Amino acid sequence: MHTKMTLTSLLAISLTVLLCVLWGAPLLWAISTALRPEAQTVDGLQWLPDPVVFDAFVRVLTMGDLPVFFVNSVVTSLAVTVLTLLITVLAAYSFSQLRFKGANLLFWCCMFGIIFPFEALVIPLFRQIYHLGLADSLGGVILPQVVSPMVLFVLKRFFDQVPKDFREAAVLDGAREWQILHRVYLPLSRNIIYAMAIITFMGAWNNFLWPFLVVSSTENMTIPIGLTQLNDTYGVRYAQTMASALIGGLPVAIMYVMFQKRVASGFLAATGLKG
Amino acid sequence: MDNQETRNVTPCAQTQTGQASCSVPNALGKQLTPWVMLAPFLLAFLLFFVIPAFQTLQLSFTDSGLTETHGYVGFANYIELLQDSSFWASLVQTAYFALLTVLPLTALGLVMAMLINRLTRFAGLVQAIIFIPNILPIAVMAMIAGWMLHPTFGVVNLVAGTDVAWFNDPDFAMPMVAIATIWWTVGFNVLLFLAALKNIPQDLYEAAKLDGASEWGIFRFITWRQLRPVTVMVFGLQLVASLKIFGQTYLLTGGGPFDSTKVVLHYMYETGFINQNAGYASAIAVVFVLIVLLILLLQSLITRFINRRG
Repeated sequence: MHTKMTLTSLLAISLTVLLCVLWGAPLLWAISTALRPEAQTVDGLQWLPDPVVFDAFVRVLTMGDLPVFFVNSVVTSLAVTVLTLLITVLAAYSFSQLRFKGANLLFWCCMFGIIFPFEALVIPLFRQIYHLGLADSLGGVILPQVVSPMVLFVLKRFFDQVPKDFREAAVLDGAREWQILHRVYLPLSRNIIYAMAIITFMGAWNNFLWPFLVVSSTENMTIPIGLTQLNDTYGVRYAQTMASALIGGLPVAIMYVMFQKRVASGFLAATGLKG
Repeated sequence: MDNQETRNVTPCAQTQTGQASCSVPNALGKQLTPWVMLAPFLLAFLLFFVIPAFQTLQLSFTDSGLTETHGYVGFANYIELLQDSSFWASLVQTAYFALLTVLPLTALGLVMAMLINRLTRFAGLVQAIIFIPNILPIAVMAMIAGWMLHPTFGVVNLVAGTDVAWFNDPDFAMPMVAIATIWWTVGFNVLLFLAALKNIPQDLYEAAKLDGASEWGIFRFITWRQLRPVTVMVFGLQLVASLKIFGQTYLLTGGGPFDSTKVVLHYMYETGFINQNAGYASAIAVVFVLIVLLILLLQSLITRFINRRG
């Protein structure tokens, strides 16, 4: 019995190590490529760069368009996050705490947005943005992304769970709805709002399809779109390609490492599993 | 109606401080508040969801270009779609991708979560290693996968001693896109399974161990039973996600070689944005929506069936 248990454990641990190696290898290989002199990238199998040089990082940050893409991504992702949270917190509070005619029906219409594939809307959306004069602009990238029925769902559910005593006490004090939201509900929901902000930012940073369709000039490209253009710029410079890729993924990777728990709870809440 | 009247009265009756909250403009303000708070979201929802959704349907009955609107053509687009072999081929490619990814992503996610759940140390680290690819932009994933699988300098060919042009070979292209996708996204499923594993009451395991149940028995009668709902959910999420595939094939293979990886959304993109035939592309979009909604409906029916059986 005892030996059998250890055998299972041994197998499990070997498998875990193997999977870690397989899952870690591509990123490590990308880092290793980015840190070597350009000539050594096509020199056959060499695991560790020798010498370690930062030329590729320096070059892509000082020459070429990567800094432009980076700034565009920061601007659009921040704007999407702030606008999404702003309009969705208000709507979620209204749906959760206020009573008005048609609230339920309206809420379920919004929830339909969760299951409806966004991909099927891109043609009329593009036409709309085009006719608004926003095609190939950062505003055009940002606006359609501020609608998030998923965030609405998570926040409304959170507000629903706040004990009614809090609200009644505030009402007795003569507080108006705006004040109740500001002084009672916002402080209580800080964690879930941060979690939603982080995953909204990540989603906007990584969004490919919509910016890909709406942006055409280099100066308006975000990271995921701009990176696809780099091959034309650099030709076959693998160290620089990998350095650009790593820089493009760095902000979200840092966010994940810093807020691992929040990111996890945000994603779980988004699937309705927990929150 | 009843509800509304009481609401007009309550502020006066309930508020001890009285004065301001009893005045008529304030009562009206109270009725408007919900709508004022909803307005920004609803406006955005209307502009960027509801209207485009109806327009997709409307456009699908026209022969409009990408930016200009042309007249109605009835069901012509749909009839053409039925006879369009490129469309059917794109459906087959999408289904092939789903076949290659949905089950592996679900099963591997479950296995990885169970492995991590066993760990007494380094569980956070292992989870991070598996999850990190998932938070990277799709272009970053594609660049790394493209470099790993490069025909001459790629590490995979160097290690294996081969010189296969993975993404240019009709036999290998889609399976390689699938493998890259599995590497990229399985961490998300691990996250969901781990949360579900942590929710299983520990006393179930303790009772089973006291009864001398084998590890396989514990898995089969406790873990698997408790995980069934989340497994169905992950499977469904994965199925829908695989139908929405576009970026991976577009970036890794460009739909080739010989259209062997041209999926439905790629075909829709090409029709609508490259060939500027928005009417026909909208018909593709409508069919796409119907397929997605049908799968979600089936999934919820299956979930209900499983939950009823307990």
